[in-house]
Amino acid sequence: MPEEKVIAEVVDAAGVERTLSRLAFEILERNKGAENLVLVGLHTRGVPIAERIAQKIREIEGIDVPLGTLDATFYRDDLSRRSKQLSLRTTDIPVDITGKVVVLVDDVLYTGRTVRSALDALIDFGRPERIELAVLVDRGHRQLPIKADYIGKNLPTSLGEEVAVRLKNVDGEDRICLIARKNKAD
Amino acid sequence: MNKHLLGLEETSEEEIRQILATAFSFKEVLSRPIPKVPTLRGKTIVNLFFEPSTRTRISFELAEKRLSADTITFSSSGSSVSKGETLRDTARNIEAMKIDMVVLRHNSAGAAHFLARCVDSIIINAGDGQHEHPTQALLDMMTLQERAGDLRGLKVAIIGDILHSRVARSNIHGLKKLGARVAICGPKTLIPREAEQWDIPVFHRLDDAIQWADVLNILRIQLERQKTALFPSLREYASQFGVTRQRLLRAKKDVIIMHPGPINRGIELENDLADSEFSIILDQVTNGVAVRMAVLYLKSGGRLEAEQRS
Repeated sequence: MPEEKVIAEVVDAAGVERTLSRLAFEILERNKGAENLVLVGLHTRGVPIAERIAQKIREIEGIDVPLGTLDATFYRDDLSRRSKQLSLRTTDIPVDITGKVVVLVDDVLYTGRTVRSALDALIDFGRPERIELAVLVDRGHRQLPIKADYIGKNLPTSLGEEVAVRLKNVDGEDRICLIARKNKAD
Repeated sequence: MNKHLLGLEETSEEEIRQILATAFSFKEVLSRPIPKVPTLRGKTIVNLFFEPSTRTRISFELAEKRLSADTITFSSSGSSVSKGETLRDTARNIEAMKIDMVVLRHNSAGAAHFLARCVDSIIINAGDGQHEHPTQALLDMMTLQERAGDLRGLKVAIIGDILHSRVARSNIHGLKKLGARVAICGPKTLIPREAEQWDIPVFHRLDDAIQWADVLNILRIQLERQKTALFPSLREYASQFGVTRQRLLRAKKDVIIMHPGPINRGIELENDLADSEFSIILDQVTNGVAVRMAVLYLKSGGRLEAEQRS
């Protein structure tokens, strides 16, 4: 997301690193280890975050958790509404998720509609024992009864603002900013 | 983006690339344990087939079901079509039932364009006479992309009955837009006069075409369309234009073999070559469903998107 009007930097590089570590510890604590876990990153920003959390878990527990990616576009409820950019995003669930604990990972939890469509998409792949949700930022304004199990940062926002998450492994820097909204069509 | 898919002649390069990219996403969907998504729930699609068709009709029906659309198929036999109702009346009646999309196969060139002018629904051309068959060409291009990567500079020779072939016309338009080089090859009687305007090489000897090409897209000899004798006999056609392993060996090169089906084994294509390592014919069939899902999805207003919406 280039050239946006930054209102404030909310979390700096060191903060992002600490937040990711805490998320990894919380996931391990609640699930008593990483044995039965599968991490699934939601496109596009959830994917690098899931990678980072998997890396943290490897450092802490010495275990490689299966890491998947999910694009839930075909399950969305807003087919006819426009968008701009064109990019091909892959869905790859590398293991059978039946009986596993799947941790869905996304960058920003907002209306909850992406998570709703991701839940539908995921359930078509198998019957997990449990699905949990980890997000780097919860910005509020839910339109559905959905909540996250693991939250990096609670960030109350106005509708005129957006949250921009930058990550070292895709953008070259770790940073969470509040920016002015570009358009209103959303 | 055009509202309808009537032909590749009027479809932009950008749109073709978007359809193909989307089709690869749907191919992944088709490999899932539940190969179905709720994307077109609540949309109603009518397949209007005024001409016998098995694989195109089944491929469209499957694509529609995989997208969760509601579908109805009208075939020319057993409906009011065979009672002499005009295309326009049939279409207007269907539209009165609030149909979102019509997939049309018709034996007259221009039928899809005509329908697009007289109804509000979105029209997808599934083959109109000798004019175009855009989804076939799209699935051919997708299958080639899968095998060969970028199509720029790739040499594709279309072999056989070019005159009667809507598959050839759609392929020529589409491949040229993606930067591939196209040639046609067949007996003089099966090369249409309009070929001059296409500005592409024309071969009358199969060995010359094989020598030139990276890919052979071999058309079916459409026996049902041969009203006049355009070549002396099937046997003679097979000996002059039948693609055989021996000819490929003689040319000393690897080529990719495609065929839109159904194959007349032993006429335009040697029996065992159709199932050989050169052939990507079954990939074409698999990809046909994914390409049609992409077309139905994009024409319904879907986009591949990358933006913040959580």
